[in-house]
Amino acid sequence: MSSWVLYALSGMAMFSVGLVGLFAHRHVVKRILASNIMGSGVLLVLVALARRVPSGAPDPIPHALVLTGIVVSVSSTALGVALARRIARLQSTGDVSTHSEPGGS
Amino acid sequence: MMDALLDGGLALSLPFLAWLVLHTEALSQAVVLFVAMGLMSALAWARLEAPDIALVEAAVGTGLTGALLMHTLSWTEETAPETLTRATRWVWDILAATALTGVLGWAVLALPTDSQGLGPEVAARLADSGVEHPVTAVLLNFRGYDTLLEIAVLLVAALGARAVNPRTDRPKLETEHDPLTGELFRMMTPAVLLLAGYLVWVGAHGPGGAFQAGAILAGGGVVAILTTRMGTPRMSSRRVRWALLTGPLLFIGVAVAPLFSGGRLLEFPPRLAGTLIFVVELALTVTITLVLLMFFPGARPPKVEPEGAP
Repeated sequence: MSSWVLYALSGMAMFSVGLVGLFAHRHVVKRILASNIMGSGVLLVLVALARRVPSGAPDPIPHALVLTGIVVSVSSTALGVALARRIARLQSTGDVSTHSEPGGS
Repeated sequence: MMDALLDGGLALSLPFLAWLVLHTEALSQAVVLFVAMGLMSALAWARLEAPDIALVEAAVGTGLTGALLMHTLSWTEETAPETLTRATRWVWDILAATALTGVLGWAVLALPTDSQGLGPEVAARLADSGVEHPVTAVLLNFRGYDTLLEIAVLLVAALGARAVNPRTDRPKLETEHDPLTGELFRMMTPAVLLLAGYLVWVGAHGPGGAFQAGAILAGGGVVAILTTRMGTPRMSSRRVRWALLTGPLLFIGVAVAPLFSGGRLLEFPPRLAGTLIFVVELALTVTITLVLLMFFPGARPPKVEPEGAP
């Protein structure tokens, strides 16, 4: 078995674990982690497929796509964390619907 | 033999770590395991001959995401409240994940293996791209759209994160000044700047570029936020706004300029391509650094806040 197959399978296992986790967990931070894990799995499959080329250097196009993907995934994580933080903030101050933040927005 | 062992170990440990991340009770443990998983996947990417990605993963995927997630620990409750009985759920989770892996694996392994991919085509046109490193050529020349839109995604995410948590509270001034961390930061800064500069420069010939450099600078910035009195950059500051727009504006300018001389969007003249790519990368580095830095909330946890609230 060549090594790209191994890593591709590993990436798919990560994706599956992440997807199952996404459905299984209620806690918002766990869900953010789960979606991150799914993303990592997909990226790993892409990079593994880039190595599938029988000869020479790996395909640079999937590499560039994955670079873009990592940056996009960090921004989605950051946005997710910011939203979760906002939810926590609203919940901790009790009234979710009408409360305006101490600092104003 | 050693290679096979290393590959096998990495390939097995990644899903296992992922599973552990999602199934540990304590969130702090989950985040630490997540960071460990990120480092392992950086190794995996190095093994798959993708040094560019390994660098970005180590800096962004693991470093900054890890810091962000660690920060969430300060305002979220420590253990995830799981109400369902755990023992039976495990089994079903594992079964579901295995079945899904099987189906996906079958689909991916059934792909035809005789395709050469786009590698040869990139190699054939590399000379026209203005740089010598295929990944940089793809990112900034052949698929410039991707990078342009990616910067837009980053900006939108930063704006969104700021819109929901508008106040960038500076760390309180009376915070005790730890002499050790301050000294660490002072010693680290020149190395961080040097490394980032090198990475932008080297992007033209080898693994490196704006994202790696920006990530490392942002990492240094996060350390600065944590150890010094610096707050997260404020969106209200005019300087911050302009710095955020440097990358996109310059990139759009460079992308649109060929339209006036009869060219197409994002079509760099081969003679100038190298210089243009370098300038765009420098500008992108500024924006990426700032955006990544703005993701990191310097604020104190809101848990403490409601003390004064009714």
